[in-house]
Amino acid sequence: MRAKSDGPTDRKGLSWRFRSMIARPARCAAVSTPIVLTACQPAILDPQGIVGIAEKTILIDSLAIMLAIVVPTIVATIAFVWWFRASNARAIYLPDFEYSGRLELIVWSIPLLTVILLSGVAWIGSHDLDPAKPLESDTPPLEIQGVSLDWKWLFIYPNQRVASVNQLVIPAGVPIHFSLTSGSVMNAFFIPQLGSMIYTMNGMRTQLNLRADAPGTFLGISSHYSGDGFSDMHFDVQAVPAEKFDAWIDATRTTGPALDAGSYAALAKQSIITSPFTFGMADPELFHQIVIQKLPPGPGPQAGRPNPSVSPRREH
Amino acid sequence: MLGKLTWSAIPFDEPIPLIAAALVGVAIIGVLAWVVLTGRLPYLWREWITSVDHKRIGIMYTLLAMVMLLRGFSDAIMMRSQQALAFRSDGYLPPEHYNQIFSAHGTLMIFFVAMPFVIGLMNFVVPLQLGVRDVAFPTLNSVGFWLTATGALLVNISLVVGEFARTGWLPFPPLSEVTYSPGVGVDYYLWALEISGVGTLLSGVNLVTTVLKLHAPGMTYMRMPMFCWTTLASNLLIVAAFPILTATLAMLLLDRYLGFHFFTNEAGGNMMMFMNLILAWGHPEVYILILPAFGIFSEVTSTFSGKPLFGYRSMVMATMAICLLSFMVWLHHFFTMGAGADVNAIFGIASMIIAVPTGVKIFNWLFTMYGGRIVYSAPILWSIGFMVTFMIGGVTGVLLAVPPADFVLHNSLFLVAHFHNVIIGGVLFGAFAGYSYWFPKAFGFRLHEGLGKAAFWCWLIGFYVAFTPLYVLGLMGMTRRMQHYDVPAWRPWLLIAAGGAAIILAGIILQIVQLVVSIRRREALRDQTGDPWDGRSLEWATPSPPPSFNFAVLPRIEGQEAYWGIKQRARQQAKLSEEPGYTEIEMPRNSPTGFICAFFATFMGFALIWHIWWLVALAALGAYATFVVFAWRDRHEDIIPADVIARIDRANRSARGEALARMQVTP
Repeated sequence: MRAKSDGPTDRKGLSWRFRSMIARPARCAAVSTPIVLTACQPAILDPQGIVGIAEKTILIDSLAIMLAIVVPTIVATIAFVWWFRASNARAIYLPDFEYSGRLELIVWSIPLLTVILLSGVAWIGSHDLDPAKPLESDTPPLEIQGVSLDWKWLFIYPNQRVASVNQLVIPAGVPIHFSLTSGSVMNAFFIPQLGSMIYTMNGMRTQLNLRADAPGTFLGISSHYSGDGFSDMHFDVQAVPAEKFDAWIDATRTTGPALDAGSYAALAKQSIITSPFTFGMADPELFHQIVIQKLPPGPGPQAGRPNPSVSPRREH
Repeated sequence: MLGKLTWSAIPFDEPIPLIAAALVGVAIIGVLAWVVLTGRLPYLWREWITSVDHKRIGIMYTLLAMVMLLRGFSDAIMMRSQQALAFRSDGYLPPEHYNQIFSAHGTLMIFFVAMPFVIGLMNFVVPLQLGVRDVAFPTLNSVGFWLTATGALLVNISLVVGEFARTGWLPFPPLSEVTYSPGVGVDYYLWALEISGVGTLLSGVNLVTTVLKLHAPGMTYMRMPMFCWTTLASNLLIVAAFPILTATLAMLLLDRYLGFHFFTNEAGGNMMMFMNLILAWGHPEVYILILPAFGIFSEVTSTFSGKPLFGYRSMVMATMAICLLSFMVWLHHFFTMGAGADVNAIFGIASMIIAVPTGVKIFNWLFTMYGGRIVYSAPILWSIGFMVTFMIGGVTGVLLAVPPADFVLHNSLFLVAHFHNVIIGGVLFGAFAGYSYWFPKAFGFRLHEGLGKAAFWCWLIGFYVAFTPLYVLGLMGMTRRMQHYDVPAWRPWLLIAAGGAAIILAGIILQIVQLVVSIRRREALRDQTGDPWDGRSLEWATPSPPPSFNFAVLPRIEGQEAYWGIKQRARQQAKLSEEPGYTEIEMPRNSPTGFICAFFATFMGFALIWHIWWLVALAALGAYATFVVFAWRDRHEDIIPADVIARIDRANRSARGEALARMQVTP
């Protein structure tokens, strides 16, 4: 732990701003512009990483297998309903038709066979795409530690000793190994265009392996509801060429405050951050200390903030 | 004196809940005043509030569900309009309000709309179908209903006094712990569900016992109508699953009230435990809801096709298989918690296996219609709409059961679309099918057909317009519960979805109009014989509405489709069966126990929420005293004399005789 900070002066140096939940200003369009440009496609069906591509394939394949059965059944339903209408004199009437062994056999086998086929897909897919399973690659994975806080994301690059808030810069083509935890309530870490999401939980570490195949900017979100500031827990993911990534790391190291226990405690308080910022120096042990709860989880709503003990109205 | 309760708990600065509450208040006071001023209070007390008649209780359950549907749907309208507006802006609902709305929407729709609707229908129909006079425990039944009403009341009180939970319809810790949700919202949720959960459990015990132990002579298990089987399966699940819910919420209450650490971040608490426990209830819950709906569709499809249900034994097997399997799949609600590949794969496959018996049911309904003469009446329209819609919901459900697909779709609007697809397209369509099918039995006149069909089409089209965009949005990566968003590509779809909600609103208005018009034209819509649809099971053997004792003489069952057999014999012989010898019947006495218990439970729940401890003690004492007084009652039953029974039954027999004669003249 380095550079002990003492609240106010340190906070002044940081470039985040706390926003009131009540008098919310207009959205900061500048921040969201890159997200806008890339999210015009259905993100899940337009994956930009190896994991997302595999998951899209499974999605489409499973859907195709089921539709092969379900579409004819829907057509048959509508056809039966129409043909066997009471006013249709040409339709046969079988008032006692209530059992047929052969039909029963078909009736049980069709869904059974479909499910057997799909079970294979599910079994193989679950194992191939287990979020904790390292991606096959010649390049060693980049370690990134993610912490969900009320209501922002902290990303620590332990080997590079830098950190960022609500901004994730990754090298394209390099597998990323995420270690994730929460500094308060449950959240889920999700970059729709790159693939799998995973929960973040306090006192626990979850793992996720992702890769962006090519440079690009993607939307990252929390996909597990976490309270009043939940909607603002999104972040930009910038996948950049490896040399640009190195340059970003170098640039980041020279600017911004230090991330340590003190600045983490300030960050862990409830707030919404619309302008991402970085820490030029990050304690590589910080993540572990959050996981083992040496650094306590966020304090939740404080007196004087919305959400006092009875209702949001009493304090103002 | 009043614990945490002060004037600041009432949101004088928030017009929406105040106006809503004022409207509801005026409506309630208006109805009460009308009841009192027209001298109907004694009637209401005698015939409804203290009634232990399963039919009356069933009707009250259904009424509760429909009223709560209006409340839950206004939440839905607010959510859809908020999301339609909140592109790069705050919309009109700040997060602390919006979050209450989606939490209340889910809680109300599941616990106080879907549950009372299906329980109400089961209560009303099952004893009639089994050919018996009442459920196994009539007073317990009344207690169960009134406790459910207490829960609904508490949730609605939170609209004006304090706040409701902002934690979603399942209050996941640690967000729902006192650290992160210090307000009374979560307490409202917890106590409302603890109290109504007890009511549901009582109702489950009652209906399981009824189906297993009470039968007309000759009504063996394999002769029971399909609806009785699905009722059995559903209530077995209630008995097994609801204690899990009650215990899990009790643990959260201990965390919140007494500083325990079951699910906290600190001191060894584990939020994953809550997820497992609540969904060990939560998954069976969806089958608790859908199985009775399956039963309704089986009855309706068979009746309106003029054919017996195809593959009865298969259907029974499929029902019980679903009942069993539904307990083995809960983990598919959190594939994304990082359990590991083997665990995820096994639960994914287990979830898919449920699609097999469900698929069998779909095919069997299909073959029930094959070779039938389908009369396009409102109940079968709901059933057909269900079959098509539910198949799509099934496909998306199985898709979500494939873990790698779930990794990108979990918690997204795709998931939201999926469960509305099966709950609206399955449970609610089933409930509406049952409502229009059994309405003439309950009230003695049919619902207006044209308005019913119009309502159906609005619901069906509205459903697709409202939820297809949500599937698309899920594929675009939009997650659920967003109070605002910045992605422009999402907006058009959210606008379309809001339009869909408006179409559904038209459907609901048409249903209200249908009810009003039907009541006004009840003489023209009168069901004289008690068998308006040419039905096949025993409820149609009774007059509409059935007398309190249901059957003058318990019918003797000689095969499946008991009433169809009786009717066929009468048609062949061109006369009704011989008039039976009437004897007096003992029926359970009315009892205010349920109402008074719930009265005290309401105060107890409210006092617990606001930490008014003296009132907790007083209310608990009152509820206990009520129970003791009931236990020491001297008279259990009233006797209905034989001549009254004879008069009622003869009137119905003559109506049926005339109908039979008309049929002989014009074959």
